[in-house]
Amino acid sequence: MTAARRNGSILQRLVWRIPFAWLFAFFLLPFLIVVKISLSQTAIAQPPYAPVFDLAAGWHGVVAFIKGLSLDNYRLVGSDPIYVLSYVKSVEIAAFSTLLLLLVGFPIAYGIARTPRRVQAVLVLLTVLPFWTSQLIRVYAWMNILQRDGPLNDVLMALRLVKEPPAWLATDTAIYIGIVYSYLPFMVLPVYAILQKLDESLLEAAADLGCPRWKTFWLVTLPLSSSGIMAGVLLCFIPIIGEFVIPDLLGGSQSPMIGQTIWLEFFGNKDWPVASAVAVVLVFLLVTPIVFYQNRAMPVLERD
Amino acid sequence: MRKVSAFNIAAIFVGIAFLYLPIAVLVIYSFNASRLVAVWGGWSTRWYAELLNDEPLLDAASISIRLALTSATLATVLGTMAALALVRFGRFRGRLAFAAMVYAPLVMPEVITGLSLLLLFVAVAADRGFWTVAVAHTTMAVCFVTVIVQSRLIDFDMSLEEAAMDLGAPPLRTFASVTLPLIFPAIAAAWMLAFALSVDDLVIASFTTGPGATTLPIRIYSEVRLGVKPEMNAVCAIMVAVVGAAVIIASLLAKIIGARGTPVQARS
Repeated sequence: MTAARRNGSILQRLVWRIPFAWLFAFFLLPFLIVVKISLSQTAIAQPPYAPVFDLAAGWHGVVAFIKGLSLDNYRLVGSDPIYVLSYVKSVEIAAFSTLLLLLVGFPIAYGIARTPRRVQAVLVLLTVLPFWTSQLIRVYAWMNILQRDGPLNDVLMALRLVKEPPAWLATDTAIYIGIVYSYLPFMVLPVYAILQKLDESLLEAAADLGCPRWKTFWLVTLPLSSSGIMAGVLLCFIPIIGEFVIPDLLGGSQSPMIGQTIWLEFFGNKDWPVASAVAVVLVFLLVTPIVFYQNRAMPVLERD
Repeated sequence: MRKVSAFNIAAIFVGIAFLYLPIAVLVIYSFNASRLVAVWGGWSTRWYAELLNDEPLLDAASISIRLALTSATLATVLGTMAALALVRFGRFRGRLAFAAMVYAPLVMPEVITGLSLLLLFVAVAADRGFWTVAVAHTTMAVCFVTVIVQSRLIDFDMSLEEAAMDLGAPPLRTFASVTLPLIFPAIAAAWMLAFALSVDDLVIASFTTGPGATTLPIRIYSEVRLGVKPEMNAVCAIMVAVVGAAVIIASLLAKIIGARGTPVQARS
């Protein structure tokens, strides 16, 4: 890197300042506004919150504005069971469905990694292809299947596994099915990427030394693929917490996930300050696994 | 030699079937003549014909496509610039803050991105419509573009650029005639991803849209919220067909471009 490069020409500075300015204006600033509104009160006005920041009023305006802020919304979010249960439900669904994804995704990734190279490329493309179609469409496809008189119940009835067609839609089971379906590539790909690089000679060594295959899997394969598993787990767990479309279309209305709660507070109750407070708490909830992710999983992904 | 066991094959087979069966069911049902989706009434293209008369739906489709073209192009330009800055400029001042801001949208839940952008648009009293959604989709897609272009730039052979500069090409010219063609496959892939993200998005568009800018996913969502509809099966089947064809064509193109690109890289 030469000195001229480090100082940078006007052109170079523009290259990073333009995207920086864009993200500042449309990502960071909006979030700061959310934080600000989460400290405001609901008001029957346009916009529906108070106090409104008024630069024209000068210093007095700023003082009045700061005095008008309060933590009331956070107290509400922390004490009202509607919100607390919603967070708990989101984390619960995200944790359990991530476990399901691992159980479903690992054998697939493992199977793909053992096929010949040429086949691997095709199988990976086949795994990723559905991900390109809209999530809305993929979830909607399940609404067709899970209807009371839909194909799933037809099959179950024909096989005489059930006497009465069970209701699948508007249950947590449907949410789990939808999530596992939508996020499967996110689990399969990182696990596959690690398994595919696994040194075969280690497995052969274990076999030569008389280790049974299940034990080799447990003692060699699994520990060596832990970084891929970790990446897959976080790639699924983090976005599932904030999921909206899947629980909204497949789940019931009695216990919403946190994404639905924000949506409902905003569009249904028109309570912008509370919706903002719920959102800010959610961001802090997500920061924890992300910091973990950066420390543990990022080096793995960057090594590829 | 690695062995593929019966269990491996079964896992792959069940996995692929699980991924494709629901889409197959959707496509088959879209040809169902009966209005009751679950009752099979024979094959028919009736619902596809009805789509042609559904003005609001066609409008929504045209808005979605224009929106995706606009936001994918903007996001590709901004994301490529960000990727260049992150890979090429070394440790410039503000790099850490810049990197954090580029990656943060990747993990931000859509509900919050949508909510915060709407609150911004309200705060500055912007008229909500096509352009507010375009800005929102651009912001959402920039980070994905950056990650894709960045990975290509990291593998990039710097000596090609240095050679051009040594031969007297000014920086912009070097970029246009050496760097850009070599990273083009990544830029094209990133543009396609940004396009797909925009066409697919429901949540962010719902928050930031305004009168006259109802996108296709918003339209579909409002139709299917309360249950399945045969017309919607047909719309979804069309979208699946278009996306499937686009991805397959793109991967074939990438193979051709990639095959042409390899000798240059192999020589260096």
